[in-house]
Amino acid sequence: MSHKKAIAVFIVPFGVLFTVFYVVPIGYAIYQSLFVLERDGTFGAARQVFGGLSQYIAVFQNAAYWESIGRVLLFGVVQVPIMLGLALLLALLLDSPLVRGSKYFRLLFFAPYAVPSVIAAIMWGFLYSPNLSPFSAVTGSIDFLSASSVLWSIANVVTWVYVGYNMLIIYSALLAIPQEIYEAARLDGASQARIAWSIKIPLVVPALVLTGIFSIIGTLQLLAEPQVFQSFTSAVTSTFTPNLTIYSTASVPNISLAAAMSVVLAIATFILSFTVLKLTQRRTAS
Amino acid sequence: MTATIERKPSKRRASAPRGPRESLVSRTMAMAVMGIASLYFLVPLWWLFVSATKTRSDFTTTAPLWFADFALFDNIGALFAYRDGVFLRWLGNSALYAGAGALIATLLAAMAGYAMAKYTFRGRELLFNIVLGGVLVPATALALPLFLLFSQIEATNTFWSVFLPSLVSPFGVYLSRIFAAASVPDELIEAARIDGAGEVRTFFTVGTRLMAPALVTIFLFQFVAIWNNFFLPLIMLRDEELFPVTLGLFVWNSQVSQIPDIRALVIVGALLSIIPLIIAFLSLQRFWQSGLANGGLK
Repeated sequence: MSHKKAIAVFIVPFGVLFTVFYVVPIGYAIYQSLFVLERDGTFGAARQVFGGLSQYIAVFQNAAYWESIGRVLLFGVVQVPIMLGLALLLALLLDSPLVRGSKYFRLLFFAPYAVPSVIAAIMWGFLYSPNLSPFSAVTGSIDFLSASSVLWSIANVVTWVYVGYNMLIIYSALLAIPQEIYEAARLDGASQARIAWSIKIPLVVPALVLTGIFSIIGTLQLLAEPQVFQSFTSAVTSTFTPNLTIYSTASVPNISLAAAMSVVLAIATFILSFTVLKLTQRRTAS
Repeated sequence: MTATIERKPSKRRASAPRGPRESLVSRTMAMAVMGIASLYFLVPLWWLFVSATKTRSDFTTTAPLWFADFALFDNIGALFAYRDGVFLRWLGNSALYAGAGALIATLLAAMAGYAMAKYTFRGRELLFNIVLGGVLVPATALALPLFLLFSQIEATNTFWSVFLPSLVSPFGVYLSRIFAAASVPDELIEAARIDGAGEVRTFFTVGTRLMAPALVTIFLFQFVAIWNNFFLPLIMLRDEELFPVTLGLFVWNSQVSQIPDIRALVIVGALLSIIPLIIAFLSLQRFWQSGLANGGLK
Protein backbone atom coordinates (compact mmCIF):
# COMPACT_ATOMS: atom_id res chain seq x y z
CA MET A 1 0.00 0.00 0.00
CA SER A 2 1.36 3.36 -0.90
CA HIS A 3 1.05 6.43 1.26
CA LYS A 4 2.29 8.91 -1.29
CA LYS A 5 -0.24 11.57 -0.38
CA ALA A 6 0.48 11.36 3.33
CA ILE A 7 4.24 11.50 2.74
CA ALA A 8 3.77 14.60 0.63
CA VAL A 9 1.68 16.25 3.34
CA PHE A 10 4.45 15.55 5.87
CA ILE A 11 7.46 16.47 3.76
CA VAL A 12 6.35 19.29 1.46
CA PRO A 13 5.88 22.13 4.02
CA PHE A 14 9.36 21.65 5.47
CA GLY A 15 10.83 20.92 2.04
CA VAL A 16 9.50 24.13 0.53
CA LEU A 17 10.74 26.33 3.38
CA PHE A 18 14.10 24.54 3.47
CA THR A 19 14.50 25.14 -0.25
CA VAL A 20 13.48 28.80 -0.07
CA PHE A 21 15.46 29.74 3.05
CA TYR A 22 18.48 27.40 2.84
CA VAL A 23 19.10 26.12 -0.67
CA VAL A 24 18.13 29.24 -2.63
CA PRO A 25 20.16 31.70 -0.47
CA ILE A 26 23.25 29.51 -0.80
CA GLY A 27 22.77 29.35 -4.56
CA TYR A 28 22.14 33.08 -4.67
CA ALA A 29 25.32 33.84 -2.68
CA ILE A 30 27.33 31.79 -5.17
CA TYR A 31 25.63 33.54 -8.09
CA GLN A 32 26.26 36.98 -6.59
CA SER A 33 29.90 36.16 -5.97
CA LEU A 34 30.45 35.83 -9.73
CA PHE A 35 29.83 39.53 -10.37
CA VAL A 36 32.03 42.57 -9.97
CA LEU A 37 31.23 46.24 -9.52
CA GLU A 38 32.47 48.40 -12.35
CA ARG A 39 32.54 52.18 -12.43
CA ASP A 40 32.88 54.63 -15.27
CA GLY A 41 35.71 56.72 -13.91
CA THR A 42 36.15 57.42 -10.23
CA PHE A 43 32.73 58.94 -9.56
CA GLY A 44 30.65 57.21 -12.21
CA ALA A 45 27.62 55.09 -11.42
CA ALA A 46 28.48 51.55 -10.37
CA ARG A 47 27.05 48.66 -12.29
CA GLN A 48 27.36 44.94 -11.85
CA VAL A 49 29.05 42.96 -14.57
CA PHE A 50 29.86 39.29 -14.76
CA GLY A 51 33.37 38.73 -13.48
CA GLY A 52 33.77 34.98 -13.27
CA LEU A 53 35.99 34.01 -10.39
CA SER A 54 37.65 37.39 -10.08
CA GLN A 55 35.94 38.09 -6.72
CA TYR A 56 37.53 34.94 -5.34
CA ILE A 57 40.93 36.19 -6.46
CA ALA A 58 40.09 39.42 -4.63
CA VAL A 59 39.17 37.42 -1.52
CA PHE A 60 42.48 35.59 -1.60
CA GLN A 61 44.33 38.88 -1.94
CA ASN A 62 42.42 40.48 0.91
CA ALA A 63 44.88 40.48 3.79
CA ALA A 64 42.40 41.73 6.40
CA TYR A 65 40.07 38.84 5.66
CA TRP A 66 42.79 36.22 6.09
CA GLU A 67 44.01 37.91 9.23
CA SER A 68 40.50 37.64 10.63
CA ILE A 69 40.33 33.95 9.72
CA GLY A 70 43.72 33.41 11.37
CA ARG A 71 42.45 35.20 14.46
CA VAL A 72 39.38 33.00 14.87
CA LEU A 73 41.42 29.86 14.17
CA LEU A 74 43.82 30.83 16.95
CA PHE A 75 40.79 31.55 19.11
CA GLY A 76 39.30 28.14 18.32
CA VAL A 77 42.51 26.19 18.90
CA VAL A 78 42.68 27.60 22.43
CA GLN A 79 39.05 28.15 23.41
CA VAL A 80 37.38 24.99 22.07
CA PRO A 81 39.63 22.50 23.94
CA ILE A 82 39.36 24.53 27.15
CA MET A 83 35.58 24.74 26.89
CA LEU A 84 35.07 21.09 25.99
CA GLY A 85 37.61 19.95 28.59
CA LEU A 86 35.76 21.89 31.25
CA ALA A 87 32.40 20.58 30.02
CA LEU A 88 33.72 17.01 30.09
CA LEU A 89 35.20 17.43 33.59
CA LEU A 90 31.96 18.85 34.98
CA ALA A 91 29.84 16.19 33.26
CA LEU A 92 32.05 13.41 34.67
CA LEU A 93 31.88 14.89 38.15
CA LEU A 94 28.09 15.23 37.96
CA ASP A 95 27.89 11.60 36.88
CA SER A 96 30.22 10.34 39.60
CA PRO A 97 29.08 9.40 43.12
CA LEU A 98 31.58 11.96 44.46
CA VAL A 99 29.20 14.87 44.09
CA ARG A 100 26.03 15.57 45.99
CA GLY A 101 23.20 17.73 44.68
CA SER A 102 24.18 17.13 41.07
CA LYS A 103 20.68 18.08 39.90
CA TYR A 104 21.11 21.63 41.19
CA PHE A 105 24.67 22.01 39.90
CA ARG A 106 23.51 20.81 36.50
CA LEU A 107 20.86 23.52 36.19
CA LEU A 108 23.16 26.14 37.65
CA PHE A 109 25.95 25.43 35.14
CA PHE A 110 23.43 25.43 32.32
CA ALA A 111 21.88 28.78 33.28
CA PRO A 112 24.28 30.96 31.21
CA TYR A 113 23.03 29.22 28.07
CA ALA A 114 19.76 31.09 28.60
CA VAL A 115 21.68 34.36 28.24
CA PRO A 116 21.77 35.54 24.60
CA SER A 117 25.30 36.17 23.29
CA VAL A 118 24.59 39.87 22.87
CA ILE A 119 23.44 40.19 26.48
CA ALA A 120 26.35 38.07 27.79
CA ALA A 121 28.80 40.28 25.89
CA ILE A 122 27.20 43.48 27.24
CA MET A 123 27.33 42.06 30.77
CA TRP A 124 30.96 40.94 30.57
CA GLY A 125 31.83 44.22 28.89
CA PHE A 126 30.76 45.96 32.09
CA LEU A 127 32.59 43.39 34.22
CA TYR A 128 35.81 44.03 32.27
CA SER A 129 35.55 47.83 32.40
CA PRO A 130 38.10 49.13 34.90
CA ASN A 131 35.82 51.72 36.50
CA LEU A 132 32.62 49.63 36.69
CA SER A 133 33.86 46.15 37.39
CA PRO A 134 33.24 44.45 40.73
CA PHE A 135 36.74 43.04 40.33
CA SER A 136 38.49 46.41 40.20
CA ALA A 137 41.56 44.91 41.88
CA VAL A 138 41.99 42.67 38.83
CA THR A 139 40.79 45.02 36.11
CA GLY A 140 43.01 47.75 37.56
CA SER A 141 46.16 45.79 36.85
CA ILE A 142 45.13 43.84 33.74
CA ASP A 143 43.44 45.60 30.84
CA PHE A 144 40.99 43.02 29.53
CA LEU A 145 39.95 45.30 26.71
CA SER A 146 43.39 46.02 25.23
CA ALA A 147 44.32 44.91 21.74
CA SER A 148 46.46 42.06 23.03
CA SER A 149 43.92 40.59 25.44
CA VAL A 150 40.46 41.34 24.03
CA LEU A 151 40.42 38.16 21.96
CA TRP A 152 40.82 36.11 25.14
CA SER A 153 38.29 38.22 26.98
CA ILE A 154 35.81 37.32 24.24
CA ALA A 155 36.90 33.68 24.57
CA ASN A 156 35.91 33.83 28.22
CA VAL A 157 32.43 35.15 27.32
CA VAL A 158 31.90 32.33 24.82
CA THR A 159 33.18 29.77 27.32
CA TRP A 160 30.92 31.13 30.04
CA VAL A 161 27.82 30.84 27.84
CA TYR A 162 28.47 27.44 26.27
CA VAL A 163 30.23 25.23 28.84
CA GLY A 164 26.91 24.25 30.42
CA TYR A 165 25.27 23.46 27.10
CA ASN A 166 28.15 21.19 26.05
CA MET A 167 28.28 19.68 29.52
CA LEU A 168 24.63 18.73 29.26
CA ILE A 169 25.10 16.96 25.92
CA ILE A 170 28.06 14.99 27.29
CA TYR A 171 26.18 14.28 30.52
CA SER A 172 23.19 12.96 28.55
CA ALA A 173 25.54 10.57 26.78
CA LEU A 174 26.94 9.43 30.14
CA LEU A 175 23.41 8.74 31.42
CA ALA A 176 22.78 6.50 28.43
CA ILE A 177 25.64 4.15 29.45
CA PRO A 178 24.20 1.08 31.19
CA GLN A 179 25.33 0.85 34.82
CA GLU A 180 26.34 -2.83 34.51
CA ILE A 181 29.39 -1.81 32.51
CA TYR A 182 30.98 -0.39 35.66
CA GLU A 183 30.36 -3.41 37.86
CA ALA A 184 33.48 -5.39 37.03
CA ALA A 185 35.67 -2.32 37.36
CA ARG A 186 34.20 -1.55 40.76
CA LEU A 187 34.70 -5.09 41.99
CA ASP A 188 38.32 -4.82 40.88
CA GLY A 189 38.59 -1.74 43.06
CA ALA A 190 39.01 0.82 40.27
CA SER A 191 38.76 4.42 41.43
CA GLN A 192 36.21 6.84 40.02
CA ALA A 193 38.99 8.64 38.14
CA ARG A 194 40.11 5.35 36.62
CA ILE A 195 36.54 4.41 35.61
CA ALA A 196 36.09 7.86 34.07
CA TRP A 197 39.33 7.64 32.10
CA SER A 198 39.13 4.05 30.88
CA ILE A 199 35.39 3.48 30.47
CA LYS A 200 33.37 6.67 30.42
CA ILE A 201 35.47 8.95 28.24
CA PRO A 202 35.87 6.44 25.37
CA LEU A 203 32.10 5.90 25.41
CA VAL A 204 31.25 9.59 25.15
CA VAL A 205 33.61 10.32 22.25
CA PRO A 206 30.66 10.63 19.80
CA ALA A 207 29.11 13.32 22.01
CA LEU A 208 32.49 15.09 22.17
CA VAL A 209 32.76 15.00 18.38
CA LEU A 210 29.27 16.49 18.06
CA THR A 211 29.99 19.29 20.51
CA GLY A 212 33.40 19.82 18.89
CA ILE A 213 31.90 20.30 15.44
CA PHE A 214 29.25 22.72 16.70
CA SER A 215 31.99 24.64 18.52
CA ILE A 216 34.12 24.90 15.37
CA ILE A 217 31.14 26.24 13.43
CA GLY A 218 30.43 28.70 16.22
CA THR A 219 34.03 29.88 16.37
CA LEU A 220 34.34 30.64 12.66
CA GLN A 221 31.01 32.47 12.80
CA LEU A 222 31.88 34.75 15.76
CA LEU A 223 29.96 37.96 15.39
CA ALA A 224 27.72 39.15 18.22
CA GLU A 225 30.37 39.25 20.96
CA PRO A 226 33.04 41.20 19.04
CA GLN A 227 30.34 43.47 17.61
CA VAL A 228 29.18 44.35 21.13
CA PHE A 229 32.75 44.80 22.35
CA GLN A 230 33.27 47.52 19.75
CA SER A 231 31.31 49.81 22.05
CA PHE A 232 33.61 49.02 25.00
CA THR A 233 36.99 49.17 23.26
CA SER A 234 38.53 50.39 20.05
CA ALA A 235 40.71 47.26 19.97
CA VAL A 236 37.95 45.38 18.11
CA THR A 237 38.21 46.56 14.52
CA SER A 238 35.62 46.20 11.78
CA THR A 239 37.66 43.30 10.38
CA PHE A 240 38.21 41.51 13.69
CA THR A 241 36.43 38.28 12.72
CA PRO A 242 35.46 36.93 9.26
CA ASN A 243 31.78 37.70 9.81
CA LEU A 244 32.56 41.26 10.87
CA THR A 245 34.69 41.62 7.74
CA ILE A 246 31.82 40.34 5.61
CA TYR A 247 29.36 42.64 7.35
CA SER A 248 31.53 45.72 6.87
CA THR A 249 32.30 44.74 3.25
CA ALA A 250 28.58 44.36 2.56
CA SER A 251 27.82 47.77 4.04
CA VAL A 252 30.48 49.54 1.91
CA PRO A 253 28.61 48.27 -0.16
CA ASN A 254 30.46 45.62 -2.09
CA ILE A 255 27.87 42.87 -2.04
CA SER A 256 29.65 40.63 -4.52
CA LEU A 257 32.91 40.59 -2.61
CA ALA A 258 30.99 39.99 0.64
CA ALA A 259 29.13 37.11 -1.03
CA ALA A 260 32.42 35.58 -2.20
CA MET A 261 33.79 35.92 1.35
CA SER A 262 30.65 34.21 2.72
CA VAL A 263 31.09 31.33 0.30
CA VAL A 264 34.76 30.91 1.22
CA LEU A 265 33.89 31.00 4.93
CA ALA A 266 31.09 28.46 4.52
CA ILE A 267 33.40 26.11 2.59
CA ALA A 268 36.14 26.53 5.20
CA THR A 269 33.66 25.75 7.98
CA PHE A 270 32.42 22.72 6.16
CA ILE A 271 35.91 21.36 5.42
CA LEU A 272 37.00 21.86 9.02
CA SER A 273 33.92 20.18 10.56
CA PHE A 274 34.12 17.37 8.06
CA THR A 275 37.82 16.80 8.78
CA VAL A 276 37.19 16.63 12.51
CA LEU A 277 34.39 14.14 11.92
CA LYS A 278 36.54 11.91 9.71
CA LEU A 279 39.63 12.07 11.94
CA THR A 280 37.72 11.14 15.07
CA GLN A 281 35.79 8.42 13.29
CA ARG A 282 39.01 6.78 12.18
CA ARG A 283 40.45 6.97 15.66
CA THR A 284 37.42 5.40 17.34
CA ALA A 285 37.21 2.70 14.68
CA SER A 286 40.77 1.51 15.20
CA MET B 1 35.15 -0.85 54.43
CA THR B 2 32.21 -1.59 56.66
CA ALA B 3 31.21 1.97 57.32
CA THR B 4 28.02 2.82 55.55
CA ILE B 5 28.15 5.30 52.76
CA GLU B 6 26.04 8.20 53.82
CA ARG B 7 24.96 9.41 50.42
CA LYS B 8 21.35 8.85 49.68
CA PRO B 9 21.43 6.39 46.82
CA SER B 10 19.85 7.98 43.78
CA LYS B 11 17.32 6.02 41.80
CA ARG B 12 19.58 4.96 39.00
CA ARG B 13 22.34 3.76 41.26
CA ALA B 14 20.19 1.98 43.78
CA SER B 15 20.83 -1.39 42.22
CA ALA B 16 24.52 -0.85 41.46
CA PRO B 17 26.89 -2.76 43.70
CA ARG B 18 28.95 -0.75 46.12
CA GLY B 19 32.55 -0.45 45.13
CA PRO B 20 35.33 0.81 47.33
CA ARG B 21 34.25 3.81 49.35
CA GLU B 22 35.25 7.07 47.73
CA SER B 23 37.95 8.72 49.77
CA LEU B 24 37.24 11.92 51.63
CA VAL B 25 40.00 13.63 49.66
CA SER B 26 38.48 12.92 46.27
CA ARG B 27 35.02 13.87 47.47
CA THR B 28 36.29 17.16 48.87
CA MET B 29 38.20 17.91 45.70
CA ALA B 30 35.15 17.17 43.56
CA MET B 31 32.96 19.45 45.65
CA ALA B 32 35.66 22.16 45.51
CA VAL B 33 35.61 22.05 41.71
CA MET B 34 31.82 22.27 41.79
CA GLY B 35 31.99 25.26 44.12
CA ILE B 36 34.49 27.17 41.99
CA ALA B 37 32.50 26.42 38.83
CA SER B 38 29.32 27.62 40.55
CA LEU B 39 30.97 30.92 41.40
CA TYR B 40 32.22 31.35 37.85
CA PHE B 41 28.76 30.81 36.37
CA LEU B 42 26.74 32.65 38.99
CA VAL B 43 28.73 35.75 39.93
CA PRO B 44 28.12 37.59 36.61
CA LEU B 45 24.38 36.91 36.88
CA TRP B 46 24.38 37.96 40.53
CA TRP B 47 26.18 41.17 39.59
CA LEU B 48 23.59 41.85 36.88
CA PHE B 49 20.74 41.33 39.33
CA VAL B 50 22.30 43.47 42.06
CA SER B 51 23.17 46.23 39.59
CA ALA B 52 19.63 46.29 38.24
CA THR B 53 18.32 47.08 41.72
CA LYS B 54 20.50 50.17 42.21
CA THR B 55 19.90 53.83 41.65
CA ARG B 56 22.07 55.53 39.09
CA SER B 57 24.37 57.10 41.67
CA ASP B 58 24.64 53.96 43.80
CA PHE B 59 25.71 51.97 40.73
CA THR B 60 29.14 53.56 40.61
CA THR B 61 29.62 54.39 44.28
CA THR B 62 28.53 51.29 46.23
CA ALA B 63 29.92 47.76 46.46
CA PRO B 64 29.20 46.14 43.07
CA LEU B 65 28.24 42.74 44.45
CA TRP B 66 25.90 43.85 47.21
CA PHE B 67 22.63 45.78 47.41
CA ALA B 68 22.28 49.48 48.16
CA ASP B 69 18.91 51.28 48.01
CA PHE B 70 16.53 48.86 46.37
CA ALA B 71 15.31 50.64 43.26
CA LEU B 72 14.58 47.68 40.99
CA PHE B 73 10.93 48.57 40.46
CA ASP B 74 11.71 52.22 39.83
CA ASN B 75 14.29 51.13 37.27
CA ILE B 76 11.84 48.79 35.58
CA GLY B 77 9.28 51.59 35.52
CA ALA B 78 11.83 53.92 33.93
CA LEU B 79 12.76 51.25 31.39
CA PHE B 80 9.14 50.65 30.38
CA ALA B 81 8.44 54.37 30.16
CA TYR B 82 11.52 55.24 28.09
CA ARG B 83 10.61 56.32 24.55
CA ASP B 84 6.95 55.35 24.85
CA GLY B 85 7.64 51.85 26.08
CA VAL B 86 9.70 50.69 23.13
CA PHE B 87 11.37 48.06 25.33
CA LEU B 88 8.03 46.33 26.01
CA ARG B 89 7.45 46.33 22.30
CA TRP B 90 10.83 44.60 21.80
CA LEU B 91 10.01 41.98 24.41
CA GLY B 92 6.71 41.33 22.66
CA ASN B 93 8.46 41.10 19.29
CA SER B 94 10.98 38.59 20.65
CA ALA B 95 8.18 36.53 22.17
CA LEU B 96 6.39 36.48 18.83
CA TYR B 97 9.47 35.76 16.69
CA ALA B 98 10.69 33.04 19.04
CA GLY B 99 7.40 31.62 20.38
CA ALA B 100 5.39 31.37 17.19
CA GLY B 101 8.51 30.69 15.10
CA ALA B 102 9.67 27.80 17.28
CA LEU B 103 6.16 26.34 17.47
CA ILE B 104 5.75 26.20 13.69
CA ALA B 105 9.35 25.08 13.16
CA THR B 106 8.83 22.20 15.60
CA LEU B 107 5.64 21.06 13.90
CA LEU B 108 7.18 21.15 10.41
CA ALA B 109 10.36 19.40 11.54
CA ALA B 110 8.38 16.74 13.40
CA MET B 111 6.25 15.94 10.36
CA ALA B 112 9.27 15.68 8.06
CA GLY B 113 11.31 13.64 10.55
CA TYR B 114 8.38 11.31 11.26
CA ALA B 115 7.84 10.70 7.55
CA MET B 116 11.53 9.92 7.04
CA ALA B 117 11.48 7.48 9.95
CA LYS B 118 8.20 5.71 9.27
CA TYR B 119 7.85 5.55 5.48
CA THR B 120 10.18 4.35 2.79
CA PHE B 121 10.12 6.42 -0.36
CA ARG B 122 12.45 7.20 -3.20
CA GLY B 123 15.10 9.80 -2.42
CA ARG B 124 14.56 9.53 1.32
CA GLU B 125 18.21 9.12 2.24
CA LEU B 126 19.30 11.80 -0.22
CA LEU B 127 16.78 14.21 1.29
CA PHE B 128 17.92 13.36 4.81
CA ASN B 129 21.57 13.91 3.89
CA ILE B 130 20.78 17.30 2.36
CA VAL B 131 18.96 18.29 5.55
CA LEU B 132 21.93 17.04 7.60
CA GLY B 133 24.17 19.25 5.48
CA GLY B 134 21.82 22.07 6.44
CA VAL B 135 22.64 21.45 10.12
CA LEU B 136 26.23 22.40 9.30
CA VAL B 137 25.29 25.63 7.53
CA PRO B 138 25.56 28.39 10.10
CA ALA B 139 22.69 30.88 10.36
CA THR B 140 25.08 33.78 9.90
CA ALA B 141 26.22 32.45 6.52
CA LEU B 142 22.60 32.58 5.34
CA ALA B 143 21.83 36.05 6.66
CA LEU B 144 23.56 38.06 3.94
CA PRO B 145 22.13 36.17 0.94
CA LEU B 146 18.71 36.22 2.62
CA PHE B 147 19.02 39.98 2.92
CA LEU B 148 19.87 40.24 -0.79
CA LEU B 149 16.93 38.03 -1.75
CA PHE B 150 14.50 39.95 0.44
CA SER B 151 15.75 43.24 -1.02
CA GLN B 152 15.00 41.93 -4.51
CA ILE B 153 11.34 41.65 -3.58
CA GLU B 154 11.54 44.79 -1.38
CA ALA B 155 10.61 42.86 1.74
CA THR B 156 13.49 43.77 4.03
CA ASN B 157 12.62 45.66 7.19
CA THR B 158 9.44 43.66 7.64
CA PHE B 159 8.29 41.26 10.34
CA TRP B 160 8.31 38.43 7.80
CA SER B 161 11.94 38.93 6.79
CA VAL B 162 13.01 37.80 10.26
CA PHE B 163 10.12 35.47 11.06
CA LEU B 164 9.95 33.24 7.97
CA PRO B 165 13.62 32.09 7.84
CA SER B 166 13.36 30.98 11.48
CA LEU B 167 10.68 28.41 10.66
CA VAL B 168 13.28 26.00 9.28
CA SER B 169 15.07 23.72 11.73
CA PRO B 170 17.22 21.04 10.05
CA PHE B 171 18.44 19.91 13.46
CA GLY B 172 14.80 19.42 14.43
CA VAL B 173 14.25 17.09 11.47
CA TYR B 174 17.34 15.12 12.43
CA LEU B 175 16.20 14.78 16.04
CA SER B 176 12.61 13.92 15.04
CA ARG B 177 13.72 11.19 12.71
CA ILE B 178 15.92 9.51 15.30
CA PHE B 179 13.30 9.88 17.98
CA ALA B 180 10.37 8.71 15.84
CA ALA B 181 12.33 5.65 14.75
CA ALA B 182 13.09 4.78 18.38
CA SER B 183 9.81 5.60 20.09
CA VAL B 184 6.92 5.18 17.64
CA PRO B 185 6.37 1.43 17.10
CA ASP B 186 5.21 0.33 13.66
CA GLU B 187 2.59 -1.89 15.30
CA LEU B 188 0.79 1.14 16.72
CA ILE B 189 0.65 2.81 13.32
CA GLU B 190 -0.58 -0.48 11.85
CA ALA B 191 -3.28 -0.72 14.53
CA ALA B 192 -4.40 2.84 13.83
CA ARG B 193 -4.63 1.98 10.14
CA ILE B 194 -6.81 -1.04 10.89
CA ASP B 195 -9.05 1.23 12.97
CA GLY B 196 -9.44 3.32 9.86
CA ALA B 197 -7.47 6.37 10.95
CA GLY B 198 -5.77 8.30 8.16
CA GLU B 199 -1.97 8.64 8.10
CA VAL B 200 -2.01 12.32 9.02
CA ARG B 201 -4.47 11.77 11.83
CA THR B 202 -2.35 8.91 13.17
CA PHE B 203 0.63 11.24 13.28
CA PHE B 204 -1.26 13.86 15.26
CA THR B 205 -2.94 11.47 17.70
CA VAL B 206 -0.32 8.74 18.18
CA GLY B 207 2.96 10.04 16.78
CA THR B 208 3.13 13.46 18.42
CA ARG B 209 2.22 12.00 21.79
CA LEU B 210 5.04 9.45 21.72
CA MET B 211 7.49 12.00 20.36
CA ALA B 212 6.63 14.59 23.01
CA PRO B 213 10.07 14.77 24.72
CA ALA B 214 11.77 15.30 21.37
CA LEU B 215 9.20 17.93 20.40
CA VAL B 216 9.77 19.89 23.61
CA THR B 217 13.53 19.67 23.06
CA ILE B 218 13.26 20.91 19.47
CA PHE B 219 10.90 23.70 20.51
CA LEU B 220 13.16 24.93 23.30
CA PHE B 221 16.38 24.87 21.31
CA GLN B 222 14.75 26.53 18.32
CA PHE B 223 13.22 29.09 20.69
CA VAL B 224 16.68 29.89 22.06
CA ALA B 225 18.20 30.00 18.57
CA ILE B 226 15.60 32.56 17.43
CA TRP B 227 15.64 34.54 20.69
CA ASN B 228 19.44 34.78 20.46
CA ASN B 229 19.61 35.38 16.72
CA PHE B 230 21.33 38.65 16.12
CA PHE B 231 22.83 38.87 12.65
CA LEU B 232 19.60 38.39 10.69
CA PRO B 233 17.62 41.13 12.50
CA LEU B 234 20.73 43.33 12.49
CA ILE B 235 20.95 43.41 8.72
CA MET B 236 17.22 43.07 7.90
CA LEU B 237 15.61 45.60 10.22
CA ARG B 238 15.85 49.38 10.22
CA ASP B 239 12.57 50.15 11.96
CA GLU B 240 12.99 50.13 15.74
CA GLU B 241 9.37 48.99 16.16
CA LEU B 242 10.29 45.60 14.67
CA PHE B 243 13.43 44.95 16.74
CA PRO B 244 13.77 41.87 18.93
CA VAL B 245 15.03 42.63 22.41
CA THR B 246 18.66 41.60 21.71
CA LEU B 247 19.00 44.02 18.80
CA GLY B 248 17.31 46.79 20.78
CA LEU B 249 19.67 46.41 23.72
CA PHE B 250 22.64 46.22 21.36
CA VAL B 251 21.65 49.54 19.79
CA TRP B 252 21.16 51.16 23.21
CA ASN B 253 24.47 49.81 24.44
CA SER B 254 26.28 51.39 21.50
CA GLN B 255 24.68 54.74 22.39
CA VAL B 256 25.96 54.72 25.98
CA SER B 257 28.85 57.06 25.21
CA GLN B 258 26.45 59.71 23.83
CA ILE B 259 23.61 59.17 26.34
CA PRO B 260 25.25 57.99 29.59
CA ASP B 261 21.88 57.71 31.37
CA ILE B 262 20.90 54.87 29.07
CA ARG B 263 23.41 52.57 30.76
CA ALA B 264 21.06 51.86 33.67
CA LEU B 265 18.32 50.93 31.21
CA VAL B 266 20.66 48.53 29.38
CA ILE B 267 21.41 46.71 32.64
CA VAL B 268 17.78 46.39 33.75
CA GLY B 269 16.78 45.44 30.21
CA ALA B 270 19.47 42.76 30.06
CA LEU B 271 18.17 41.24 33.28
CA LEU B 272 14.55 41.23 32.06
CA SER B 273 15.48 39.70 28.70
CA ILE B 274 17.05 36.67 30.38
CA ILE B 275 14.14 35.80 32.68
CA PRO B 276 11.73 34.34 30.05
CA LEU B 277 14.34 31.83 28.87
CA ILE B 278 15.25 30.75 32.40
CA ILE B 279 11.56 30.20 33.18
CA ALA B 280 11.04 28.23 29.96
CA PHE B 281 14.00 25.93 30.68
CA LEU B 282 13.10 25.38 34.32
CA SER B 283 9.43 24.65 33.74
CA LEU B 284 10.06 22.26 30.86
CA GLN B 285 13.25 20.61 32.10
CA ARG B 286 11.70 17.19 32.73
CA PHE B 287 10.79 16.90 29.06
CA TRP B 288 13.76 18.39 27.25
CA GLN B 289 16.35 16.60 29.36
CA SER B 290 14.91 13.20 28.55
CA GLY B 291 14.58 14.30 24.92
CA LEU B 292 18.29 15.15 24.83
CA ALA B 293 19.29 11.93 26.54
CA ASN B 294 17.26 9.64 24.31
CA GLY B 295 17.33 11.27 20.97
CA GLY B 296 20.14 13.57 20.13
CA LEU B 297 23.20 11.46 20.51
CA LYS B 298 23.11 8.45 18.31
